[in-house]
Amino acid sequence: MNTPIYLDYAATTPLDRRVISVMQPIFENLFGNPSSLHRFGQQAETVLEEARRSLAENLGAQPREIIFTSCGSESDNLALRGTALARRQSGGHNLIVISPIEHPAIQVTARQLAAQEGFEVKTLPVDHTGRIDLGRLEDYLQQNTALVSVMAANNEIGTLNPIREIGKLCHQRGIPFHSDAVQYGAHLPINVGELQVDLLSLGAHKFYGPKGVGLLYVRQGTPILPIQTGGSQEFGLRAATENVPLIAGMAKAYQLAREEYSQRSNHLLPLRDLIIEKVLAEIPDSQLTGGDLQNRLPNHTSFVFENLDGNLLVQVLDSEGFACSSGSACKTGDPAPSSVLTALGYTADWALGSLRVTLGKDTSPVDVDRFLDALPLCIQRAREAK
Amino acid sequence: MTTLPAGTRVVVGMSGGVDSSVAAALLKEEGCDVIGVMLRLWSDPGTQNRCCAPDAVVEARQIAGQLEIPFYVMDAKDAFYKGVVEPFINGYTQGITPNPCLRCNRLIRWEFLLSRARALGAEMIATGHYARIEKQPDGLVRLLKHPDQGKDQSYFLHVLTQAELGKTIFPLADLFKPEVRQLARDLALQVAERPDSQDLCFVGQGGNYRKFLRKEAPTAFKPGPILDPEGNQLGEHSGLAFYTIGQRKGLGISSEEPYYVIHKDPASNTLVIGHSVDLGRSEFSTRPVNWISGEAPVKPFHADIKIRYQSRSVPGLVTPLPGQGVKITLTEPLPDVTPGQAAVIYQDQVCLGGGEIRQEEL
Repeated sequence: MNTPIYLDYAATTPLDRRVISVMQPIFENLFGNPSSLHRFGQQAETVLEEARRSLAENLGAQPREIIFTSCGSESDNLALRGTALARRQSGGHNLIVISPIEHPAIQVTARQLAAQEGFEVKTLPVDHTGRIDLGRLEDYLQQNTALVSVMAANNEIGTLNPIREIGKLCHQRGIPFHSDAVQYGAHLPINVGELQVDLLSLGAHKFYGPKGVGLLYVRQGTPILPIQTGGSQEFGLRAATENVPLIAGMAKAYQLAREEYSQRSNHLLPLRDLIIEKVLAEIPDSQLTGGDLQNRLPNHTSFVFENLDGNLLVQVLDSEGFACSSGSACKTGDPAPSSVLTALGYTADWALGSLRVTLGKDTSPVDVDRFLDALPLCIQRAREAK
Repeated sequence: MTTLPAGTRVVVGMSGGVDSSVAAALLKEEGCDVIGVMLRLWSDPGTQNRCCAPDAVVEARQIAGQLEIPFYVMDAKDAFYKGVVEPFINGYTQGITPNPCLRCNRLIRWEFLLSRARALGAEMIATGHYARIEKQPDGLVRLLKHPDQGKDQSYFLHVLTQAELGKTIFPLADLFKPEVRQLARDLALQVAERPDSQDLCFVGQGGNYRKFLRKEAPTAFKPGPILDPEGNQLGEHSGLAFYTIGQRKGLGISSEEPYYVIHKDPASNTLVIGHSVDLGRSEFSTRPVNWISGEAPVKPFHADIKIRYQSRSVPGLVTPLPGQGVKITLTEPLPDVTPGQAAVIYQDQVCLGGGEIRQEEL
């Protein structure tokens, strides 16, 4: 087997060396607690606040609107729980509106808020590609709507949603709007003012930053309560001693993403389009899932194949040296059709045979060619075993 | 151990236990391109299948990580339910005592795993079984007992065919259990020392198969008459599934001379009991028989017969019957000849094959 080729950048990305260079000296020399009064604390605080300033600037936000968290999922939790509870406290708002293609960090959290806190949860209608039907959004923006949460770009099917338009409608009614931009932010520039979001989640490891760090943008004045209580770090919204090296690493990684977005997209788009074209042409009984070429992440391809075990296909591909993923794949061998594909109307015959191939800045055209050469046989072998 | 070209891709069925872990390690050491696979099997809802419980998955994954081999868990739940669990339930409904491990080996651990191995580009599979495969000059393979007679598992493997055994490696073929344990220690493999279990894997902790059957095969739990061999009613039984041939305890009939279960008749839901003189059968039929050579013998021959995994083998005469069966005549009667269990036929070290012991009298 040749050197394995990594084609799962939507799951995570390798650390950029330039990010490591920023973090290394902080790990080694800057151990102070940013909350401490002495100089050790002050040094750490300086680095922390510089990271906050840099990220705020790159997002079009104010530094005090940036809340550091441990990951995108935590940011989603803080946004949903914190704002839903604050809105109920202040105005009795009891309805949470989400899309059916949200990340589990939103879907499962919303379900728990319904089961344990008595919130009502409504799911927005979407088209076959997972895009929100804007014409019907207004029906969900009611007197008692506590907040709306719609992901900017979907992890599983790559669909981009019309965030600006959703935000505009929410704002006309004074309803807070959250967007999970964990995938989106890795590939497309964000200006929180233009996107009309009140809350926005990011996770560093999707853009060549470290794992274990993320952020939540919270527009000034947005009702929100802390969900992790204790010290007054992060403007009282997240009690925990800040992880300074990881936060500095995230700031650097986002700075690099900001500088290299167009260069990275120019590299990724032709490769993405080649994969989509070839797969649909060469694999019988195949469909592209999610957004069309205009409304899709630049690194993202996702398919379903009829009459195929997606779990097995990913294993076969891995045994041939290609690391991909499947919406139905699970490491415990207990496959279930993905809730996203089911929500989009795919039957189990198709939904169980899903494959996601996501590219990154280090993916070469040769990697893609080798993948495309190997895929038809891998699919045939997986189908024969079914 | 084997003579495989370096880099041959082999799928090893892994359980996280010491045997399959060492099997994988030995193949890896030999230069094979080893892939570890664990099959996800069905279990009674609310219980965990012992063969693929979450702990076992974590342990096997850990071993695979230590050996630096890929490891995949594959879903075999449907195939296992249809191929193993359903016939088990049906068997009890019909009054026999099926051995699900035999169907599992044939349909799941070989047929299913081989199909998945092919998908992974592997022509060979390996397991941690204690048995030997010998390739003969004519290209055919023979299944032999393991030299560690206490561990020999050929009984469970008599269901395999030439095609299957030809694609199988038993890396533990020449190793005794203490050596296998020592190898695991030498390799610093963090294997779980789980006790060997004879319990059914799919009915949950403790292998309480009666509770499972009560739900799945209710007709096997209908009370009915207990008769003596002459047809006199001695009492009432609480359901045929509670009894196996040769059973002495729990009959609820008091007598100076102990009673044993000698026959179960599902058609009339009757349990027949008798004294030790009535117990024991030396002649029974076995059908269908899997002949490992692929060819059924035409003439009667002498062989050693094993009617349970744990029982010793007994000499007997094997007489081919029309169709796919044989008549087996033992030199001495055995008290626990149990319809549904397998009679496995050996000549010296060679396992020739075997089949299911039939209910009907000859």
